[in-house]
Amino acid sequence: MAKRDKPSGSSKRPSRESKGLSRRDFIKGTGAAVSAGVLVLPAVAEAAQQAGKVLGPGAVPITLRVNGQARQIAVEPRVTLLDALRDYLDPPLTGAKKVCDRGTCGACTVIVDGKAVYACMMLAIDAAQASSILTIEGLAPEGQLHAVSAAFVENDALQCGFCTPGFVMACKAYLDRNPNPTYEQVQQALGGNLCRCGTYMGVRRAVLDAAKKL
Amino acid sequence: MTQEAKPPAPVSGVDYRWPEAGRRRLLGKRISRLDGPAKSSGRAKYTYDVKRPGMLYGRMVLSTQPRAKIISIDTSAAEKMPGVKAVHVIVPAGQEVRWVGQEILAVAAETEAQANDAVRAVKVEYEKLAHLVADTTPEKASSERSRQLAEQTQGNTDEGFQQAEVISEGEYGCAVITHCCLEAHGQVVEWEGDQLTVWASTQALMGITQEFSRGLSNHPTSKIRVLTPVMGGGFGSKFGADTWGIACAQLARKAGRPVKMMLERDQELMVAGARPSLHARVRVGAKKDGTVTAWWSDSWGTGGPGPAGNPNLPYVFRFPHKRSRHTAVLTNMGPARAWRAPNHPQMCLVTMAALEDLAAKLGMDPLDLFLKNVQFTDRAEVYRAELEKGAELIGWRKKWHPRGDTTPGPIKRGLGLSIHTWGGRGHNSNASVVIEPDGSVKVFIATQDLGTGTRTAIAIVAAETLALPVEAIQVNIGDNQYPPSEASGGSTTIGGVSSSTRRASVDALNQLLAKVAPALGVEAAQLEAVGGRIQVKGDPAKSLAWKQACARLGTMPISGKGQTSPDLISSGVGGVQMAELAVDVETGVVKLEKLVAVQDCGLIVNMKTAESQVYGGMIMGVCYALFEEKIMDERSGRCLNPDMEFYKLAGIGDIGELVVHMMTGPGYDERGVIGLGEPPVISPGAAISNAVANAIGVRVATLPITPDKVLAALGKA
Repeated sequence: MAKRDKPSGSSKRPSRESKGLSRRDFIKGTGAAVSAGVLVLPAVAEAAQQAGKVLGPGAVPITLRVNGQARQIAVEPRVTLLDALRDYLDPPLTGAKKVCDRGTCGACTVIVDGKAVYACMMLAIDAAQASSILTIEGLAPEGQLHAVSAAFVENDALQCGFCTPGFVMACKAYLDRNPNPTYEQVQQALGGNLCRCGTYMGVRRAVLDAAKKL
Repeated sequence: MTQEAKPPAPVSGVDYRWPEAGRRRLLGKRISRLDGPAKSSGRAKYTYDVKRPGMLYGRMVLSTQPRAKIISIDTSAAEKMPGVKAVHVIVPAGQEVRWVGQEILAVAAETEAQANDAVRAVKVEYEKLAHLVADTTPEKASSERSRQLAEQTQGNTDEGFQQAEVISEGEYGCAVITHCCLEAHGQVVEWEGDQLTVWASTQALMGITQEFSRGLSNHPTSKIRVLTPVMGGGFGSKFGADTWGIACAQLARKAGRPVKMMLERDQELMVAGARPSLHARVRVGAKKDGTVTAWWSDSWGTGGPGPAGNPNLPYVFRFPHKRSRHTAVLTNMGPARAWRAPNHPQMCLVTMAALEDLAAKLGMDPLDLFLKNVQFTDRAEVYRAELEKGAELIGWRKKWHPRGDTTPGPIKRGLGLSIHTWGGRGHNSNASVVIEPDGSVKVFIATQDLGTGTRTAIAIVAAETLALPVEAIQVNIGDNQYPPSEASGGSTTIGGVSSSTRRASVDALNQLLAKVAPALGVEAAQLEAVGGRIQVKGDPAKSLAWKQACARLGTMPISGKGQTSPDLISSGVGGVQMAELAVDVETGVVKLEKLVAVQDCGLIVNMKTAESQVYGGMIMGVCYALFEEKIMDERSGRCLNPDMEFYKLAGIGDIGELVVHMMTGPGYDERGVIGLGEPPVISPGAAISNAVANAIGVRVATLPITPDKVLAALGKA
């Protein structure tokens, strides 16, 4: 998803309605469940196939099931899950960070229906089809630390901390699937999260540490 | 550098000097960051996370031209678009823009998406002018784009080269790179009447207070509040209010609502900081035993429209005879900003690569050549000790082979080394330490924690002094209303804040002891703080628990004050790094297997965060050694990779094993606290470049050492 939709009110471009083809229809029609850089989960793709209706271009009311709560917001279809969490929810969930906004760095990692996804690469209206969205705020109540978070602190796997929520969520999702990884496996599994401060040595130790405790 | 003011006459004379070895309870230990839990649970609020009631989102119209005069700007359509509340022109028609991405105007709207829509509706007409963005030589650039700096000489190079028994020549360089902080530049600005509040992702609370004042027609600084409790990386790029900060304040004033304006990633990589390139032709002469007699270099570099960088070659070594000259080439790309250890990584690469090539020509182990020449450095003994330690940790003597791994097969292995230096004297810092009657302790300093661990270091010093646990100290930073401290740059923060906190804590403790003394029936000079208690020296039975002692303050807290103390800090560190790697000569891919860093920094406050600083610098070094570069297209004048897919940073599996050894104990601890943030990022490029040359038998001249360059270098051999 390299570009946001252009506003359909602009005189320079045909409106989506007149073109008669919504993004959802396009995905349905071509049968392409995955395009470059976009992760579409099986449940979401199936829902898209069944729904087949056109949404937008104005704000659409949706419900996001986030951290065990049903949160209702109204978003334009082009709004990503990341922006919905950070800017549209009230109170906002700002744990997931906006860094590259292009599905590369992992700072926006959340867990949707059990899988780590880049929230910047998922539309909020698609995320509304998921049964559960877990953000870092949902890992543990305020004042308590999830085992992965605690391991990050103990092993100094963070410096400025901006990549940290993404890393913690990626680690949790990984350990849920592979509870006893080797040192080498950890390095491959977390290749989708980038850090500029250079915390990788601490992250490696933190993941192995958390694995022991979980 | 602060003048040492006469210390206030101590009430009971608690000695503020650092405790000696064996008497340090917390200093130098491994202590987890105080802000770790907030960061690792996603609760820390960065500038990017701030949301104020009624807040608008700002976005900028950016120049599409590398150099042009703006003929007209038409905002009529944009102003009418849904949600748009304010427009502010930054570069008006009639003026020039000088790089693609330069900000021309800013809009504020109800949502980010609406602001983006409005930006796209703005029409800018340009008159194109001639541009240059290529990382090119002064000869190829025009003369008005070349700024030659004064030649630097030492001794007489004719003589020096005559004395030489062997001469080695080569060309070495590093490409332009950016800072790529994960938290983009930006701020949230809110006006309440004429009171201005700025949440800024900044390294310089006090500095940007002044810049906001000047940028807003000398708005009184007493009415400007700047807040940065936590920030997502600076690396030298976040010292200014920046054009966008002032524009954000203008938008907020016009709209009558708070405005958040953060740079998008492409803008961030195009304009928010670059590290200049450095390329050099080098000639170095030496005796057969490796002692260098002469150095000559002619260097150049690009990094935006200003003459960035003044490299003083050769680096670290003061050879008896040298002549070096540098020319800056001015280009139409986003301006250079100080990049972690400005100039040093580039100078280090040029110098250490030239010396390694010299060693190869002599058939000499570069470790021996370096040991031979440390006599020409400011800290020969430190380098000898660190080279020895590094060699032990990497297994240098056992593993090293002469240039060109002869092992059959496509995988060639090699070792390379480098040394570096930095200053790091503590900057001007003021601290206040408040002890409350209920026993709580608060420290206040207007400093910034960039991820460097500053917050925790302050707590450690206060806790050490007051004999309390680290958790008992409440650290308040990131607010320009606190006692002023300088910007976090040059690795000057740790010396500044640790010494100001030490002095302020001792001052507060002295006042407390004076209040407690009557209750214990002794003079204040008989008292000391030990293990959470105030006790009579040598008589622990006569003591009060901390809370009991503080209760004697009645209703009036104690406020201790301190400033940077020159006798608690110093300047000047060394550092050595050694790389072990494998190169696949069929694919050109370099696999770093091990990078060893041996680093000194005087007295270490927090060993855990100190080691992390070194790991961090090493990883940043691996990035510029092997992966990252800013790629410009000469025809369009644009940056081709302003994104994090093609502006490549190392991932967790790309760094091999990193080994860090901090030099501590006699010879180091007594030097007091010295900065550490920059030294470890200096050597990785040189160490890795040298290891590649050692492995494949030829020099890849320019960083980053990408597979195409390795294959090209082999093709020439």
